[in-house]
Amino acid sequence: MDKKIFIEPLFRNNPVTVLVLGICSALAVTVKLEPAIVMALSVTIVTGFSGFIVSLLRNTIPNRIRIIVQLVVVAMLVILVDQILKAFAYDVSKQLSVFVGLIITNCIIMGRIEAFALGNKPIPSLVDGLANGLGYGIILIVIALFREFFGSGTIYGIQIIPAEWYIKNGGFYENNGLFILPPMALILVGLVIWVQRSIQKELQEK
Amino acid sequence: MQDLVSLFVKSIFVDNMVFAYFLGMCSYLAVSKNVKTAIGLGVAVIFVLGVTLPVNFLLNKYVLTPAALAWLGPDFAGLDLSFLSFIIFIAVIASIVQLVEMVVEKYSPSLYASLGIFLPLIAVNCAILGGSLFMQERGYETLAEATTFALGSGIGWFLAIVALAAIREKLAYSQVPKPLKGLGITFIVVGLMGIAFMSFMGIKL
Repeated sequence: MDKKIFIEPLFRNNPVTVLVLGICSALAVTVKLEPAIVMALSVTIVTGFSGFIVSLLRNTIPNRIRIIVQLVVVAMLVILVDQILKAFAYDVSKQLSVFVGLIITNCIIMGRIEAFALGNKPIPSLVDGLANGLGYGIILIVIALFREFFGSGTIYGIQIIPAEWYIKNGGFYENNGLFILPPMALILVGLVIWVQRSIQKELQEK
Repeated sequence: MQDLVSLFVKSIFVDNMVFAYFLGMCSYLAVSKNVKTAIGLGVAVIFVLGVTLPVNFLLNKYVLTPAALAWLGPDFAGLDLSFLSFIIFIAVIASIVQLVEMVVEKYSPSLYASLGIFLPLIAVNCAILGGSLFMQERGYETLAEATTFALGSGIGWFLAIVALAAIREKLAYSQVPKPLKGLGITFIVVGLMGIAFMSFMGIKL
């Protein structure tokens, strides 16, 4: 099997920064690292298996109603993920709130099904879906790392900035509250795109 | 009545779908290159939200919430179908979008010509499903409340996309560093717009 299917979506053809898919949920869950990792895993699982299932069914789905069939497959997987999260990671599932449900309309999933799974065998579709989910996860984790570190002084809930540095403890440091707020996520994605396109000149727009 | 007015204003500005929750971002970034198409998509979103959200509200109230099926008889009172809500909401949205498309095509060809291409796109716009999920999570109680919230969020999304399209039209003439051109600068502009919209946050109605 072609190794490119797995490697390309991680960086060179990243679904978020290059294909501009799945931005909606990418930004809302990145205030802290933990929900970002849970979200990344959930999306990876749903993208992988929805690609696999749709690819198994691809010769039997009538073209006219394929969107509804795809949505039903995706919705079923998302319900499974949601129920599992509610059972085993209730706090994170509360933090993610509606964004677990919104995985259904995450454009990465529909985009990969339309662009790849409908025309390929089940196993490559599974790999393609997982790789795209991971590519999405990498961006999510980078953004969440910056936002959590500058916004709360912690990484994965562990205090990194020494407590005595803070002004309230007689120090000089204050967390940057802007990083917690939604707009900063957008600006950070803009900066990630800037870095990536400086390295990969062929992606630059005229 | 006063509650409804304040909910309406709040869902347009304070809880703006785009700037506070990032909903509908994909089409927001893809279809905001010029003002005319942005207006088309914006109107379609208001329309579809205004139709699907009340329908989903009724379904949620009379079918999905725990013990909602009591009106069918005492045998059904113990059922809790809330785990089905994702699949039902998305099925309602997909089929209503399809239906609206056919009705508009038949009765108003001119509207169809301007909205036509955007309607199928909207079935997978997260702002629409997000609206229904927020309605469920926040527990709006009456149909009037749900409809007001739907229209308010739709108008908020409309304003956001038209504003971004207007900025991007001007941006085409400015000197932007090469790697930042196009997508990168658009993200940063949306971020700055979000900061501006946050000034509404402290408003109490």
